[in-house]
Amino acid sequence: MTEKPRTAAARPAAPSARRMGRLTDAIDRHFQWVALAPAALLLVALTIYPMLNLLGMAASTIRFERAREIWSFTPGANLDLLLHDGLFRTALWNTALFAAASVAIEMVLGLMLAILASSITAFKGFVRSALIIPILMPPVAIGSMWKLMYSYDFGVLNQIATGLGSAPVNWTGSTSLALMSVVLVDVWHWTPFVFLILFAAVEGLPKEIIEAARMDGAGNLAIVFRIMIPLLRPALAVAALFRAILAFKVFDQVFLLTSGGPGTSTEVVSLYLFKVFFQQNQLGYGALLSLAIIAATVAFLLVARRLTAAVSRT
Amino acid sequence: MLRLRGSSRAAGVALLSLGVFIILAPFLWVMLQSFKYEIEILQGSWLFKPTLFNYADVLYSRRSDFPKNVINSLIVAGFSTVCVLVVGTLAAYSLSRLPWRRRIASIFLAWTLIFNAIPPLTLVGPWYLIFREVGLYGTLVGIILTHITLNLPMTVWMMMAYFNDLPREIEEAARVDGCRRIEVFWCIALPLVRPGLIAAGVLAFVFSWNEFSVALNLTDRATATVPVAIARFAQQYEVQYGQMAATSILSTIPALILMAFGQRFVVQGLTMGAVK
Repeated sequence: MTEKPRTAAARPAAPSARRMGRLTDAIDRHFQWVALAPAALLLVALTIYPMLNLLGMAASTIRFERAREIWSFTPGANLDLLLHDGLFRTALWNTALFAAASVAIEMVLGLMLAILASSITAFKGFVRSALIIPILMPPVAIGSMWKLMYSYDFGVLNQIATGLGSAPVNWTGSTSLALMSVVLVDVWHWTPFVFLILFAAVEGLPKEIIEAARMDGAGNLAIVFRIMIPLLRPALAVAALFRAILAFKVFDQVFLLTSGGPGTSTEVVSLYLFKVFFQQNQLGYGALLSLAIIAATVAFLLVARRLTAAVSRT
Repeated sequence: MLRLRGSSRAAGVALLSLGVFIILAPFLWVMLQSFKYEIEILQGSWLFKPTLFNYADVLYSRRSDFPKNVINSLIVAGFSTVCVLVVGTLAAYSLSRLPWRRRIASIFLAWTLIFNAIPPLTLVGPWYLIFREVGLYGTLVGIILTHITLNLPMTVWMMMAYFNDLPREIEEAARVDGCRRIEVFWCIALPLVRPGLIAAGVLAFVFSWNEFSVALNLTDRATATVPVAIARFAQQYEVQYGQMAATSILSTIPALILMAFGQRFVVQGLTMGAVK
């Protein structure tokens, strides 16, 4: 590549300007590196280094005395705790249950809404604007809104329930209902997101195929189940994967609504981690839990990648 | 896509309207509560004289930290958005356009994917210790740094998708004509991906404004952000329902504004990953 004479260097300029010119030359020659460096530095400093820290922390017991940390090396102790931690197992189970239920419901509702919205053109724009609101709202605000709505004494849901003649429902205070109530909030929050992804995918379906099927006498149900859903498989897989990952990270709404209670019925992984780290101050054990969760996430990603690839291919 | 006629069309319209109603109703009901006095909320009354007491109390009363929380949140969201756009766009351009070996690029991208998939709380513990060590605990700078990192994966992927869509020939022609690499990036590639910058910026701002789990543990009273304040309102021993409703509504305003003006970009940003 021909080098153009550099303006700063060509002119007999002041030494400082010449130095500047040399600096920009150097930056330009290594622009590939310079451009990636800030991101790489940030990731090393705030993700890789902390993860290495986790390794050290996980093998230690950390106590606080007069605002100073006291580390002692006890590699077996935390592992022992982990193996006998029934609460962590409960949290894992609740999170899995929560993720499975909410993702399944959201996929069904989201797909239904997407197909309806693309068929009834009159409302398209309005439906889309309305449905974006929950996605952009602070999850904490959603939690606090639903806490008001779930209120046993004055919440709107119990007003409706008593209006219909049934007894008031203890939405977040009973062990049998609490997890379902949390799932309901998640469905309200994230069905619009599934809708958006699937709506874009439905709009992108080849019209000719659907028209051809209609010519051949296929009814609406046949078009949905025999043509649309098979063609939408890649989008469905991506939406489900996105949602599953986010559902596994759930924290804000549960923290606000139930804080894991009553008992341990809505204890989820992130919430338990928060309690171990910042309420019980067990930084060493929390680190080991973190490592376990990271390992589980990576394993999940590897499996999920295989699965989505297989679903999209066939 | 489907052809709905007669009763099935009516049923479809009804279902769709029901869906929209269910999405909007909670918001409207809570907004209603925010205009009531505490006693009216507790009575669950539907007929009442609206009052701005809760908003005045949250925004102007002496004992309320909320204005400070809003300023903190604006600073954190604003700075972290600008920084993540700069850092993320540069990285995306480098990975999409410049001659990296495939392996290095895929390691970088795989790492951001993993980091994006793990719950942030797994890293908040070490962040807490590190920030205490270097004096960033409880500072806005610390929170801004974590928010840049949290939004970096999304920004890099989105911007890479936009850069990959640009025809390489334009940039190659500019190089042949004697442009420097920086000039090609700044004068040619960057203006062409402006929609992507807006989409990524809007989402980064909203996500930073909404972020709770990290802010909860790395801020103190003086640097608490809006979500932390809302959680405090809801978790107090004596819950003030009116203020809780008012802060929830207030915290949603940025999202509503961005939805009104940047909806096209938000939709583009949220769906592009799936469509690609």
